[in-house]
Amino acid sequence: MILVAEQLLNGLQLGLMLFLLAAGLTLVFGIMNMINLAHGSLYMIGAYIAAALIEASGSFLLGIASAIVGTALVGVALEMTLLRRLYRLSHLSQVLATFAVILIANEIVRMIWGSQPILLNMPPALSGPIELGGFRYPAYRLVVIGAGLAVALFLYLLVTRTRAGMWVRAGASDREMAEVMGVDTRALFTVVFAIGAALCAVAGALLGPLLAVQVGMGENILILAFVVISIGGIGSIRGALVGSLLVGVVDTAGRAFLPFLFRKMLPSVIASEAGPAVASMLIYMLMAAVLYFRPSGLFPARS
Amino acid sequence: MRDTLYIPLRPWPTFGVVAALVLLPPAMLLLDLPFYVVFATRVLIYTLIATSLNLLIGYGGMVSFGHAAFVGTGAYTVAMLMPAGIVSAWLLWPASLLAGALFALLIGAVSLRTRGVYFIMITLAFAQMAYYLVLSLHALGSDDGLTLGARPSLGFLDLNGDATFYYAALAILLGALALVRALLNAPLGRALQGIRDNETRMEAIGFATYRLKLVVFVIAGAVAGLGGGLLVSLDRLVGPNLLHWTESGLLMIMVILGGTGRLLGGVLGAAVLLIAQEVIAERTIHWPLGIGVVLLVVVLFAPKGLSAWLPNVSRERSNT
Repeated sequence: MILVAEQLLNGLQLGLMLFLLAAGLTLVFGIMNMINLAHGSLYMIGAYIAAALIEASGSFLLGIASAIVGTALVGVALEMTLLRRLYRLSHLSQVLATFAVILIANEIVRMIWGSQPILLNMPPALSGPIELGGFRYPAYRLVVIGAGLAVALFLYLLVTRTRAGMWVRAGASDREMAEVMGVDTRALFTVVFAIGAALCAVAGALLGPLLAVQVGMGENILILAFVVISIGGIGSIRGALVGSLLVGVVDTAGRAFLPFLFRKMLPSVIASEAGPAVASMLIYMLMAAVLYFRPSGLFPARS
Repeated sequence: MRDTLYIPLRPWPTFGVVAALVLLPPAMLLLDLPFYVVFATRVLIYTLIATSLNLLIGYGGMVSFGHAAFVGTGAYTVAMLMPAGIVSAWLLWPASLLAGALFALLIGAVSLRTRGVYFIMITLAFAQMAYYLVLSLHALGSDDGLTLGARPSLGFLDLNGDATFYYAALAILLGALALVRALLNAPLGRALQGIRDNETRMEAIGFATYRLKLVVFVIAGAVAGLGGGLLVSLDRLVGPNLLHWTESGLLMIMVILGGTGRLLGGVLGAAVLLIAQEVIAERTIHWPLGIGVVLLVVVLFAPKGLSAWLPNVSRERSNT
């Protein structure tokens, strides 16, 4: 029971961090119909800025705050110089261009910080465990969950309850109609992109102490974020939230319990191979199953 | 009759390029650069694989993000059969082709229910499953992969000679290109391009669009499987990385770089990317930066890909 609760919390934590990435990705895709592979690079840049400034200043909060501002600025610069030229091109050209951005961003980071992973220490005050009704859970992970929940809630209210959020949703469901009704989608998009970049930085900085800060960290999480938004339905913020939590919990629980379950049910030779394999495949099986029965994801933004 | 979709065969440029490719190995030996014969063979194989993906992306509008799975299937088929005592390339390569086709039939049958970005993602999903399966199976060498003692034998020809292997790969590539061209000029190819441009309309006219797409998906998977079989025969080595999603992404980048929906798009993209990589990597360890800049320049100045610069570009093409 305790193990289950612990793994559920781990899954929730992964899911919320994925949501921070998926939210920006799905809105960029939903509004501008743009495939942005460089989203993972913003996550990497956020993590590196945070690591560098926490190291320099000694303050975790200051590091995160400057990572958010810095990454948002990088995002805006990227949008205004390059991405803006890509909106009218085909999806495939966008894939090629933003793949090029990944290569360039990785090499620039490698030139500045080197190829070795950087260790980002969690704040000393949070490095211990906390007693949580019968079991001990790392305090830092709880803070990450809390911060993730707060940001997710803020974003949800922003998108569903404010005027700007209404413009965003209008843009996502029918951009031309939104433009005709007087929404300046161009400016709106720059703002959405900045927010998306800031969310990447939050995720990168918070996950920094848990995962390694290294070149290429953005690509694998980018694939997960794409899995999330495909499951949720591209362009839908609610879909991104549901998809993130599903992927986070399924992936974590699968890795924690499947090998154990397989050992109980199958001969050990097969189980030792099948357990880890199926655990890694689980989220892709989930996505394939969702898309098989709902070919436009769980919450299609466009009908 | 010449119409807009017909892909003409231009005898003189074709002859010139083929002649140059035939003369490449002796030229390399004269220049004392034998290593480049193997490199050139790898480029030929990748052009074959990229051409099969271009058939899907460029002519069928099916943006597959899982093509490496078929390459890997073909490669592991050869790597599994050889230790079992089958050493003839006449059996091994068709087997890799067949394996690629079968796997493509399986994946395509499910994936083709979806369209657009969801198709991209579901093909990725299946390829990832294949990747993790290979990674965990001890029979397939897990993350170490499999190695072969020698290259397959091609009867009277000794494939252990690099130049011989090069010519075998060249012959297969030219044969495959001729077949792809014939396929695209045939009614199936026409229907395929119709489906790419407007699937609903093709359905309304009475084409069985799902089945047609599946047929082409299987053909592309077969060619990719053959490519994988050739790769492992050349390197005598295969690892799970051949199935990793970055490999699928790289194949996609080759096709887009070369130009989707052009017969030579995959060939051009694969050749330019691999050669550029080789050339830049010799000069700086930060070669991905150079590749990135090259790709950006191509997107901004030739959004239809490099083959837009080839002569005889008269047709408007739209994709996805």
